[in-house]
Amino acid sequence: MADAKVVSPNQIQVEGPLPADVGAIRLVRSADADIPLAVTSVKPGEKADSFLLTTAETLSKQDHYLLTAKGVAQPWEIAPSPLGLLISLIIGSALINNFVFTRYLGLCVFFGVSKSKDTAIGMGVTFTIVGLLSGMLSWALNTLALVPLKLGFMQIIAFIGIVACLVQAVDLILKKVNPVLHKKFGIYLVLITTNCIILAVPLLNATSGATLLQAFGLSLGAGLGFALALFLMSCAIEKVAMAPVPIVFKGLPIAFIIAGLFALSFLGFSGLKVA
Amino acid sequence: MSTNRPPPPVHTLLMRGIFEENPIFRLALSLCPAVAVTTSVKNGLMLGTAVLIVQVLSSMSGSLVKHIINPKIRIPVFTLIIAIWVSAIDMILAAYFAAVYQEVGLYVKLIVAFAIIISRMELFSMKHNVVPSFWDGLGMGTGFLAGMVLAGSFRELLGSGSLFGIAVVPFKPLMLVVLPAGGFFTIGLIMAIFNWVDVKRGHKLPSNTGGSHG
Repeated sequence: MADAKVVSPNQIQVEGPLPADVGAIRLVRSADADIPLAVTSVKPGEKADSFLLTTAETLSKQDHYLLTAKGVAQPWEIAPSPLGLLISLIIGSALINNFVFTRYLGLCVFFGVSKSKDTAIGMGVTFTIVGLLSGMLSWALNTLALVPLKLGFMQIIAFIGIVACLVQAVDLILKKVNPVLHKKFGIYLVLITTNCIILAVPLLNATSGATLLQAFGLSLGAGLGFALALFLMSCAIEKVAMAPVPIVFKGLPIAFIIAGLFALSFLGFSGLKVA
Repeated sequence: MSTNRPPPPVHTLLMRGIFEENPIFRLALSLCPAVAVTTSVKNGLMLGTAVLIVQVLSSMSGSLVKHIINPKIRIPVFTLIIAIWVSAIDMILAAYFAAVYQEVGLYVKLIVAFAIIISRMELFSMKHNVVPSFWDGLGMGTGFLAGMVLAGSFRELLGSGSLFGIAVVPFKPLMLVVLPAGGFFTIGLIMAIFNWVDVKRGHKLPSNTGGSHG
C-alpha cells in the first residue's frame, strides 16, 4: 500500500498516483467515516510521485484518517506511528493525568509507603511490573472472553480475581526463583491488592475499549506515574521529618498538604501535548 | 477466630466508627474517594451511601461464612464477597441514578479495593456474629458517609459557593478547593482540626502517623 502521513497540522503527504482534481479526493476521519473533511488544494510534493494535500480543518497526528480517490482502487490509511502513540500514551498517563495527583487513586498505599526513599523505590518498581502484567492479562480476558460472551457485568469480579491470583503467583514464583529479591520486595506485593490503581487501569481500558497498544501504554504509564509520585513524595517527606511542624499537623495532615502542593504543580503538565 | 469474647454494646460500635475510629480522618483508610469525589455534596453522599451499604452487607456475609472458609484463603474469599456486593450496587446505581453515576462510576467500582471494608471484615466480622457485625458495619459506614459529606460540603461551599447544587453565596469564595489539589488540602485540614479538638480536650494524639495501610 502506498504511504501517506500527516506532516503538519493541515497538510498530508501522499505517495502514489493521486488525481490533481480536489473534487475526486475524499478524506475522512476513520472514527466518523460519513463526514468528509474539506481538501483545499493538491500540489506535487518534493519527491517524484508524491503529493501534498492541504485541508481546511486541523489534523492530528494521533488520529486515524482514510483517504480515497476516484480511479484509485486502494485507499490510503493514515495511522499514527505505534511508537509515537505509545510514548504519548505513557507520558499522558504518567504526567498529564498522573493517577495519584490528578485522578486521586492509590492514595492509601501512597501515604503509607512514602516515608523513606528506599521503600518508595521498592514499591514503585514492584507496582510498575505487577501493574503492567495485570493490565495486560485483564485486557486479554476482557477482549477475548468478557466482551464476546457479553459478560460485562462480571468485570469487577474478574479483574479483582486476576489481581489477587497474579499477586499470589508472583509472590510464589519470586520466593522460589530469587529468595533475595523476594525478601526485599515481597512485602510490597501484599500491599498491591489494596491499591486502587491496579483495578482502575483494567476498568478504564474496558470502558474505553482500548486496543492492545493503548492498554499497554496506559498500564505502563500508570505504573511509572505512581512510582514517580511515590519517589517525589518520599523525598519531600524525608525533609519534613526534620522540620518543626505544628503538633496538630504532624504526620498525615502535613503529608496531605504536601501532596496538594504536588498536585498543584502537576496541573502545569495539563498544557503538555505530545506531537 | 473465636466468638468467645462478648461484642461491645451497640452504641459503642456505632459511635466508634463515626468519631474515634473514623475511617477517613482517624484510620486514614479509603482516602482515594475522600479526595476524589468530594467536589460536591451530592457526589460525596452517593458514594458514601454506596460504601455504607457494601460495608454492612459484606460485614454480615463475612460473619456468616467465617466458620466455613479456611483462614488461609480468607483474604481472596473476602475480596470476592465484596466484589459481588459492589457489582450489585454498581448495577443498581447505574440503573436508577444515571446522572450522578456518570461522575462517580469509576469510584463505585473501585469500592472493591477500599481497605476499610476488608479491614473491618478481617478485624471484626471474623471474630463476631452477624448482629454485632451489622452494627459495626453500620457504624464504620456511617463514619465514612459523614466524612464524605463533611468534606463535600466544605469543598462545594468554598469552591462553587453552593450546597447540593443550590447557590448559597453569589460568588465562588475559593476556587482552589475544587481543583484536584484542593481535595488534598481539605482532607489535610479536616484531619488537623480533628487533632486540634483532641489536643484542646486534653487527649493524647492518636498515632495516625504510621498506621495507614491499604
